[in-house]
Amino acid sequence: MAAVQQTIEHVAEVERYKHGFVSDIDQEFAPKGLSEDTVRFISAKKGEPAWMLDWRLEAYRRWLALEEPDWARVEFPRIDYQDSYYYAAPKETIGPASLDEVDPDLLAVYAKLGIPLKEQEVLAGVQGAPRYAVDAVFDSVSVVTTFKKELAEVGVIFCSMSEAIREHGELVRRYLGSVVPVSDNFFACLNSAVFSDGSFVYVPPGVRCPMELSTYFRINAAQSGQFERTLIIADKGAYVSYLEGCTAPMRDENQLHAAVVELVILDDAEIKYSTVQNWYPGDADGKGGIYNFVTKRADCRGDRAKVSWTQVETGSAITWKYPSCVLRGHGSSGEFYSIAITNNRQQADTGTKMIHLGADTRSRIISKGISAGRSSNTYRGLVSAHPKARNARNYTQCDSLLIGSCSGAHTTPYIEARNGSTRFEHEATTTRLSDDQLFYAMQRGLSQEEAVQLLVNGFVKDVLQELPMEFAVEAQKLVAISLEGSVG
Amino acid sequence: MMLLSVENLQVAVDAKPILHGLSLEIPAGEVHAVMGPNGAGKSTLSYALAGRPGYEVTDGAARLDGVDLLALEPNERAALGVFLSFQYPTEIPGVPALTFLRTALNAQHRARGEAEVSAPDFLRLVRARAAALKIYFDMLKRPLNVGFSGGEKKRMEILQMSVLSPRLAILDETDSGLDIDALRIVAEGVNALRSPSRSMLVITHYQRLLDHIRPDRVHVLAAGRIVASGGPDLALELERDGYDRYALKPLGAAA
Repeated sequence: MAAVQQTIEHVAEVERYKHGFVSDIDQEFAPKGLSEDTVRFISAKKGEPAWMLDWRLEAYRRWLALEEPDWARVEFPRIDYQDSYYYAAPKETIGPASLDEVDPDLLAVYAKLGIPLKEQEVLAGVQGAPRYAVDAVFDSVSVVTTFKKELAEVGVIFCSMSEAIREHGELVRRYLGSVVPVSDNFFACLNSAVFSDGSFVYVPPGVRCPMELSTYFRINAAQSGQFERTLIIADKGAYVSYLEGCTAPMRDENQLHAAVVELVILDDAEIKYSTVQNWYPGDADGKGGIYNFVTKRADCRGDRAKVSWTQVETGSAITWKYPSCVLRGHGSSGEFYSIAITNNRQQADTGTKMIHLGADTRSRIISKGISAGRSSNTYRGLVSAHPKARNARNYTQCDSLLIGSCSGAHTTPYIEARNGSTRFEHEATTTRLSDDQLFYAMQRGLSQEEAVQLLVNGFVKDVLQELPMEFAVEAQKLVAISLEGSVG
Repeated sequence: MMLLSVENLQVAVDAKPILHGLSLEIPAGEVHAVMGPNGAGKSTLSYALAGRPGYEVTDGAARLDGVDLLALEPNERAALGVFLSFQYPTEIPGVPALTFLRTALNAQHRARGEAEVSAPDFLRLVRARAAALKIYFDMLKRPLNVGFSGGEKKRMEILQMSVLSPRLAILDETDSGLDIDALRIVAEGVNALRSPSRSMLVITHYQRLLDHIRPDRVHVLAAGRIVASGGPDLALELERDGYDRYALKPLGAAA
C-alpha cells in the first residue's frame, strides 16, 4: 500500500529517456570485428589463465557453425557481426580498483544515473535506508564493486567476473557454463567467446547475504556490443537477492547486447533475481536502440531449492529473453514475474521456461505485457514435466493490455506434461485500456497521462510487489515514462 | 448569482442529435432535479457537462461561474469543481480506492495551484467521511469498484464527492439499483454536502430519491430539452401523472 502511494507520487515526474547521454571518457577498444584474434585480445586484456582462453576459443569455433535463431516474433535487418567492437573499456580503470582509483568522470556518470557507488554516501544516508552493494559495469569492464570487505566477512564473494576468474578460478571453472552450456544457442555461444565482464557472486552454505546485491550495466561506446556474463551460486541453505539495471545512450545505430546469466541453487538455497531493463529503446520511428538478446537460466540443482526471476522490461528496440528455471531438485520451485512494456516501434518476445525434472516441483508464472504505439509484444513460455517429475505443478497467468489500436499482443504458451500426475493451470487475458476507465479517472481530475499511468500501474501491481521495495518505486516510474504519449 | 448556466445546449452522439437546445440555470447553493422519461437525454446532459469524449456539443454554451466549461478537458472541469456521480461507476482493477482518490485529489490541487494533501491529513479526512457513509475503511484498500455491490459503488461515488468537495455535483441516477436503506445512507451523505456555495444537479427517473434529497427546483427533461420547471411539488405531480403529456408534446418538434 505504502509503496503504491509513494510510487504514484513519483509517477508524476514523467520525463523522457533520461539516460540517453553519452559520456566522454577515454576508452580503449579491441580491433573491430570478430575473429580468434579478437577472442585472444580480450582474454589477454583480462590476464586470464589458459583454461579460460581455451574455453572461449572452443565457444568461438562452435559459434561459427551456429545459425542466428529466427523463430521469435521479431524483425530486424541482418546483423553484421564484423561491424562491431567486442571490447571497449575506460582507459584508466582496467582491472579492479578501489573507489579512490576510479576515474572521477566515470563516477560522475554513475552519479548521473542515480547509482550510489560511494559506500560512505550510502552509509550516511537516511537512517534505516536500505544498503546494497553495487558492481558497476561500464561497457566491457567492471569499474568498481562496493561493500566487498563487509561481504567478505560473512564469506560472500561479490566481484567482477574478471576478478573471479583470476582469484576464484576453481569456483568459476566448476560452475561457468554448467547452466547455460557454451553452445546452448547462437547468442549464448557468442557471449561465451567474447564476454568481457559481469558479476560473480558466491554465497557459502547457510549464509543469508546481509544486503541486496546489484549490478548496473552501462553501454557507452559507439558501435560496440556488450557481452556480460553473470554467475551466481547459492550454496546449501544460502540466500541472496540480486538486482541488475541497464541503461545506454541514445544512438542512431542498433547496438547488440548479448548477455548470459547463470544461477546455481543448491539444497535449501534461494536466489531472487530482479532486472530493471531500460536500455535505449530507439526513437519514435524505430531508429536506433539496443538489441537485447539475452540468455538467463537458473538451475535448482538441490532439493527444495528456490529461485525467482522478476523482470521489468521497458527498454531495448528488441528484447529476446526467456529467464528459465530448471527444477531438478526434489521439491524445488521456480517463479517468474514479468512486466514487458513496448511502445512506438519496440518489439519484445519474452517469457520463461519452467522445466520440471524432479518430483514435487512447483512453478509459477505471472506475466504482464503492455503494448502501445505500433509495437509488438509476445509472451512465449514453456512449461514441461519430465516423466520423473511426479506431482509437478504450475500456475501461469498471462495478461496483456493493449493501448491504442495499432499495437499487437501475442501469447504463445507451450505445455508438455509427460506424466499423469502433473497439474498445470494456464490463464490468459487480453484487454484494451478502456475509454470508460480513462474518462472516469479524468472526471476525477487526473490528466490523460496520469490516468494511463494509474491504470497501468494497477495492471502491473502483482509483479511490482515482487521487486525489492526501493526498486519497485523506480520501476513504476519507468513504466510511466515508457508509456508517455501512448494515448491520444 | 448563477453557478451553472446552460444555454441552448445541443449535443449529438454518433452524429445523432440527443439534446436539442437545453437551457438550465442553477444558482449557487441550490439543488435542482432533472427528471424525465427514459431516452430523454438525462445522461447525455451529465456527460456533456463533464466532457465525455463522444458527446459532441454542436451548439450552445455551458458555464460554471462564468467559465466556459465546453472549452476544457474533463480533468480541467473537475479541477474547476465539476463532479459527476456516475450511474454505472467504472471498475478500476489493481488500483485501491484510497490510492485512486488521493491521486485525484492531489491532481486537482495541483491544477488549482494549491498544496498537495499530506498522507496523514488525507487519511484523517477519508476516515471521517467513510465512517459517515458507513463504508468500512478496509474496503478502501480494495481496487476501486471491483466486485462492489451496486449500493457500495454508489456510496463510493458519494465518498469521492465528499472528499473532492466540488462546486457542482451532478448525480446521475444515483438512486438506481439501491435498496431503501442504501438510498437513505446515500441521501444523507448528499444532504450533508449541501452548502451555500455548492450546487447540485440531481438527475433521476423516479421521485423517491427526492423524498430524501429535497430539491429547490424541479425540471422536466423530455425529448432533449427542458419542457417544464417548477417547485418540489412538480416531482409529486410527475409521480402521479407520469411523463406522458411531456413526452408527447415535443417529440414531433424534436425529430
